[in-house]
Order: sequence, then structure tokens, then C-alpha cells
Amino acid sequence: MDLILQGAKHALELLIQGDPEIFQVVLLSLRVSGTAVLISLLLGIPLGTILALSEFPGRRLVLSLVNTGMGFPPVVVGLFVSMLLWRSGPLGGLDLLYTPAAMVIAQVALAAPIIIGLTAAAIQQLNPKLRLQILSLGANRRQLMWILLREARLPLLAAVMAGFGGVISEVGAVMMVGGNVKGQTRVLTTATVLETRMGHFDVAIALSLVLLGITFLVNLALTIFQQRGGTR
Amino acid sequence: MNTILQVRDLLVRVHTSILVEVPHLWLERGEILAVMGPNGSGKSTLLQVLGFLRKPTAGTVFFSGRPVASRRDGLLARRQIAMVFQEPLLCQASVFANVAMGLRFRKLPGSTVTTEVNRWLERLGILHLADRPAQTLSGGEAQRASLARALVLKPAVLLLDEPFSALDPQIKEVLIEDLYEILRHEELSTIFVTHDHSEALRLGDRIAVMGNGRILQVDTPQKVFGMPSSEQVALFTGVETILPGTIVEQREGLALVDVRGKRLEAVTQASPGERVLLCLRPEEVSLMGPNQIRTGTARNLLPGVVERIIPSGFHFRVVLDCGFQIVAFVTRQSRDEMNLKEGDPVTAAFKASGIHVIPR
Repeated sequence: MDLILQGAKHALELLIQGDPEIFQVVLLSLRVSGTAVLISLLLGIPLGTILALSEFPGRRLVLSLVNTGMGFPPVVVGLFVSMLLWRSGPLGGLDLLYTPAAMVIAQVALAAPIIIGLTAAAIQQLNPKLRLQILSLGANRRQLMWILLREARLPLLAAVMAGFGGVISEVGAVMMVGGNVKGQTRVLTTATVLETRMGHFDVAIALSLVLLGITFLVNLALTIFQQRGGTR
Repeated sequence: MNTILQVRDLLVRVHTSILVEVPHLWLERGEILAVMGPNGSGKSTLLQVLGFLRKPTAGTVFFSGRPVASRRDGLLARRQIAMVFQEPLLCQASVFANVAMGLRFRKLPGSTVTTEVNRWLERLGILHLADRPAQTLSGGEAQRASLARALVLKPAVLLLDEPFSALDPQIKEVLIEDLYEILRHEELSTIFVTHDHSEALRLGDRIAVMGNGRILQVDTPQKVFGMPSSEQVALFTGVETILPGTIVEQREGLALVDVRGKRLEAVTQASPGERVLLCLRPEEVSLMGPNQIRTGTARNLLPGVVERIIPSGFHFRVVLDCGFQIVAFVTRQSRDEMNLKEGDPVTAAFKASGIHVIPR
């Protein structure tokens, strides 16, 4: 019990004092996961929308592959991205392994299927006649897509939350492709693992609190945005 | 030529089933064409093709006399046509934003949008709801917003896909009246899909009856309801008695027809020996009790027995057995006066001109 209390007390001290090492880890976490989610959105929203709206042979197969991708074990993603970026691997020449870029790639591989799958589901749950109605009001393809996405904004923001929550709290893949190099690729989750292993519970608790705080704040912001009513 | 919209050799097929097959159909400028038919007869599919919302398997749609082929042509034509569906299909935004949607797609200046939207909100009596979220509207208000959203575009053609069928009767009556006034005032070319006879009769300059993806008859309301071209149209337009018979005698347009050994008089030019179908609407048949003195000019009098009495709105449908079945409408009052019961003997009376004859 004493261990926990001591740890918590020290953790708060570290946070209040603004420990530079923790600060750096937090910043990198946000940068890596933020970039990964942004890229996943740019890829996933158009792909998910197309998947929901178009008819082509094999569409169901693609959808089930995407849905499988939503539940990819992070270590498997870590393994594949590691092999891709390995010095003798297909993208070895880029020299990206153990860099934040490698972590972004792994996190995109984890978040993109979630966003594609949830976007497709969000668009599909709209009334199919809504699409005809919007077209009949004279929308071109881009305008149609924009209105449909706006209509599906509630489940779409859930997709963003799920994607961000998934990657910022993930540890297996970033550990494998990032290597948890101090000052370079150490993020909140990998640092927490390391500090716990070394018995530095105070630092581990401090990191965990930050992680919890970030997930809470991001979800709070998105929820407020999501629940806001229609605007003129 | 004054045709605004036209289709030729239209075919819509999904896998092996034919949804719509229409060799020719057209809409005149300023005309209201009502399309009637049972569920699944292809009405909505036809409307979607006419609105350039669905590509037909084969055939051409002409807008203002020109065939619409490319996607760009399609968008340009689509922007001249507006459609309203059975459900209001409003977006999660204010009523104003919903009605402004189409104008904003066309990138019109904000001041024009505001003026036009307000004008049409006012016209449909929902200006006071402009700032309300569309999701909070009642069914009738939402459909008014949906109509305003289409009308604000000043479309060359308005397509209506059963816009009233989900509304309460009273709300529906008022809205039909308002819409009719607008359509006439704006001289809007309109295609109006419905399965409701009274709506089609009230709004349509012409009525097209569809069945199994085909157009069975296109005519004035009087002709479609009074002189259906086939048994299918007759059944759909409310003819309840269809009797197969053979012409026995022809006297200058008045024919004697044999129906299972009974002789009926009907107005037709068909010649003796010709096999025909006699269509008799229930409102053409009046009933007389056994002791009632014969009045009126009905040439056909058939004694029979009341088989069933079925309440139907303000009327009763009376099914008679006269050797074959005949259906008549009686008012509540005449049923009470005659003290009509199942099993009672009665005489069915109807005019020779009350029968419409279709060749078999």
C-alpha cells in the first residue's frame, strides 16, 4: 500500500514540476499518434465512403478484410512493419526502422482499418434514399460525399475516437518498430512498460496518469463536438 | 415541340428480372402526370430514371428534346429537376439550411439564397420554423420543408414519389390543396407517383397506370377510370365486377351480352359473337328491395341474394350472388332504410352505359 501511495505522491510532484523527460515522451506520443490518426482519416474516410456507396464484385470480401483489419493484433502489425523496414527488407533503403516515422506507419496500419470500417458502417446506416435525395437537389459527387459525411458525423467521430484511442494506448507495435529509444522513439506506453519493469513506479504512474488524461480530454472534446446540434 | 421530358425504349433490368420496360412516355410542359400502380409495379424506379438518379439498362431519356447521355449532361439535367420522396429525408441541420441546400450546391450568392429560401418557407407556411432543427418537425411540417427544398430550385420538372402517403389524412388534405395551388400557379411540369386514386384524380391532367414494370394505359383521368383498357387497369382503378360474356345482338351501339345464360345490355360497338369483358364499378349499381317500385332508367335488372355486407368508409360494399358475383356500394342510410341483411333477396339495377366493355 505504501508503495502505491509513495508512487502516486512522487508522480504528482513530477507532473507539477513539469519533468522534461516526461514532457518529451508525452509530446512524442501526441505527435506520433496524432499524425497516424490524421493520415488514417485522410485515407480511411474516402475509402470507407467509396466502399459503402459503390457496387463492385468482391465488395463484401474487401469489407470483411477491412473488418478483420479492425481487430489486427498489434504485434502482428509490428512484425510486418519491422520486416518491411528491416535493412534487407523491401523498404530497408529508407532507413526508417526505430524512428518515429516507423511508429507512424505501424499506427496507420492499426488505425486505418478501424476508420475505413467504421466510416463504411456509418455511411451504410444512413437511409439509402438520402443519397438519391441529395443528388436530386443537384449535388455533384463531391457535394454528395460531403453532405453524407456530415449526416454521419456522430458515428464518424466515434471512429476517430476509436482510432486515436487504439493507437495512443497501443504498446506492442510501437515497441517493435520504434525500439523505445530514449529521447527518440520513447512514447507513453513504451516508457510505462520500461519504468514498471525497472521498479520506478512513481514515473510509471505519472506516465499512466498523463495517458489517461490525454485519452479523456481527446474524447471529451470530440464528444462535445459530436453532440453539438445542427447549425444554420 | 412542347415536351419537356421523354423516354424511349426504356429498360431497367436487375440480373434477370425486368423492373421497368417503357417504350415511350412523355411529359408536356406545365402538365401534371400522375403515375399509379400497385406496390412493386416499377413506379419509383421509373421516376428515378426520369430524374437522372438511376442509369437505365437500355433506352434514352430526353430533356427538353435533347438526349441526356454523358455524366455532365446528367448533372446539368439533374439541376433542372427536383424530386420529393415519401419520407422528407431532411438533413441534420436547421430547416433553413435544409431548404437552402440545393441553392448552395449551385453556389448562388448568400443574399439570393436567403431571399429565395424565405420566400418559399413563407409560401409553404413554415417560415416561423426556419431556425428549428429539422429533426424536431412534425411529419407534415417536415414534408412541407422537403417540398420547399425542391420548389426553391425553380425546377423545370418536379418529381414527386408518393409525397403524402406517410401523412395523417387531415394534414394530407391541406397539403395537397396547397401543393395543387402552387403547381398550377407556377405551371410546373410534374410527375406524381401515387397509389391513391383520389390523389391521382385530383392532381393529374393525365394518368399513367403501371403494372409489372409496364405502362398499361396513359389517358385522361375520366378515360382511365371510366374506360380502362384492360382487366388489370380495371381492377386497379376500382372496378370490382368483371364478367366474361359474349355479344349476342348489336342494335346501333347498344349490345345484348350473354353472361352465363343471363342477358345484359351494354353500350358498345362490338359485333355479335365477340367475346368481351364487362366492367362494372360498384358505384354504378343500385339495389332495390323485393317490394320496391322500379324507378330510374336502368336497363339491367338482376335479381339476386345478399351474400356479404362489408363496411368500407362511409359506404358498405354489398356482394350479391346473381348467378355470378356483383359488388355494389350502398350508403349507410340506404342500408338502414332497406334494412339490408345477408341472405336478403334484392335486385341489382344498373344502366347499359354503366358497363364498360373490353374485348377479350
